[in-house]
Amino acid sequence: MKAEIEVTRPGLFSTIQDMGRRGYLRYGVPVSGVMDQYAAKIGNLLLQNPADAAVLEMTLIGPTMIFHGSAKIAISGADFSPQVNKAPVSNNAVIIINPGDELSFGRRIFGCRTYLAVSGGFQTENPLDSQSWYEGVTAQSKLERGDNIPFNSAEDAALETQTAVKVESGYMEQSEIAAFPGPEYHLLSKEEQEILLNFQFSVGKNANRMAIQLKEEFENTLAPILTGPVLPGTVQLTPSGRLIILMRDCQTTGGYPRVLQISEEGMNVLAQKVMGDKLQFNLKIHQ
Amino acid sequence: MKPQFPKISLMGERSILIEFEPEIRENLLERILIYKEVIERDIVKLKGEVINTYNSLLITYEYAIENAYEEFLTLEKLFQQVNIEKKLIPRLFHVPVCYDREFGLDLELISKQKYLAEKEIISIHSSPIYTVYFTGFLPGFLYLGGLDKRLHISRKNEPRLEVRKGAVGIGEKQTGIYPKSSPGGWQIIGNSPVQIFNKYEDPPCEISAGDKLKFFPVSKEEFYEISEVVEVGKYELKSEIYES
Repeated sequence: MKAEIEVTRPGLFSTIQDMGRRGYLRYGVPVSGVMDQYAAKIGNLLLQNPADAAVLEMTLIGPTMIFHGSAKIAISGADFSPQVNKAPVSNNAVIIINPGDELSFGRRIFGCRTYLAVSGGFQTENPLDSQSWYEGVTAQSKLERGDNIPFNSAEDAALETQTAVKVESGYMEQSEIAAFPGPEYHLLSKEEQEILLNFQFSVGKNANRMAIQLKEEFENTLAPILTGPVLPGTVQLTPSGRLIILMRDCQTTGGYPRVLQISEEGMNVLAQKVMGDKLQFNLKIHQ
Repeated sequence: MKPQFPKISLMGERSILIEFEPEIRENLLERILIYKEVIERDIVKLKGEVINTYNSLLITYEYAIENAYEEFLTLEKLFQQVNIEKKLIPRLFHVPVCYDREFGLDLELISKQKYLAEKEIISIHSSPIYTVYFTGFLPGFLYLGGLDKRLHISRKNEPRLEVRKGAVGIGEKQTGIYPKSSPGGWQIIGNSPVQIFNKYEDPPCEISAGDKLKFFPVSKEEFYEISEVVEVGKYELKSEIYES
């Protein structure tokens, strides 16, 4: 049965995301998709949804929403003190929602992004084979007050015995980011490579779904490259010494040297970093 | 000795980067696109995608690559076997541009800096047959090669916060069309009423790497007429098979 979630307060920045758009890079369309794939999968797993079902990704300050229909939901990822009808509920658990219930969030305890998964999934538009919101591709690019997000209401919202899901949250506090050498890594001098790997950097104020810029500048002598392919996880180094880690909504090509390529698990760790958080690259070598 | 190019390397866990000579050259593009076609057909099939830039190919799989060594060998063998004498058959697209002052915000500036009359700028810009190298930056943003040297001009010192959708601009040696309104630092000389990227179409962009493009000037009246046809989804870009 079709039902809707009404947004009464939009929070800071929330979007519908799935595992991203595949097959449209050649048209310059970013991959998009959830920033923390691990957390999003946990929510879907708890509800026995397909692992790639669309979820609502909420950044730093969660929205307030009223469910017009019964539902089973799960909240995973960062801890923003979720509440149903003002009573605290747990992350990483199945929660029963009755029509008229209000879901809201309070203080941020840890992490940057929390996920709302709904049993049966969100029924939003699917342009270019993905529900992931991206300006110019989907009609909406962020959650707004008054939005009604359609979902498949659970016919029977009774709690079934569920498979236990072991959830690991330690990664969100981790400062170590596993990364592989990027195409231009070998053009750095030995000293530059050492600084890149041994220095503790911190997340700067420009951090969003497109890219995370690091605060500290890293002096270097690399020349720009002929515009070439980039990916989520590519770490670019600008002539002024800015390190830019490209995230899920990044462009498909770029002209700055690509010094590192973040591992898949490193991307999940980065997705949970907020301004000022420390991080250090840990070089992995391909076998 | 093993030749330096193409250079094959892993980029993260799911991608393979293939780099050729760092040059912007049409016959290099052609070679890359032929490789791309073969890789798509023989290797990638349904489990990944391939993009190209001026001198690179990037293969991205949906899952982590298990045996990189084997993949590299397959690619190397493929590069030796592929017949690059084969010709691609590009299409030539005719793209209308209105170079009226209303849209050509920087025509006057270019005219002064380059000692060219605005009429000459328009004629120089709309004469060449441009080559589409790849799409990047924004959905539907075409990287075009072939801009006349007389129009090479540096970007604006301060980018505009908003460049109108359809704006046609010049930045250094490049020219292109902004497929949606966005911040941008290029010098703007006109506007094209056509929709290069359309998310409701499959494919969402009919112009692709290797194709050719020619701009043709239209008046303001024609611009608005075409806009209306585009609006209702009835405009078809004029195109034909291009034989060099």
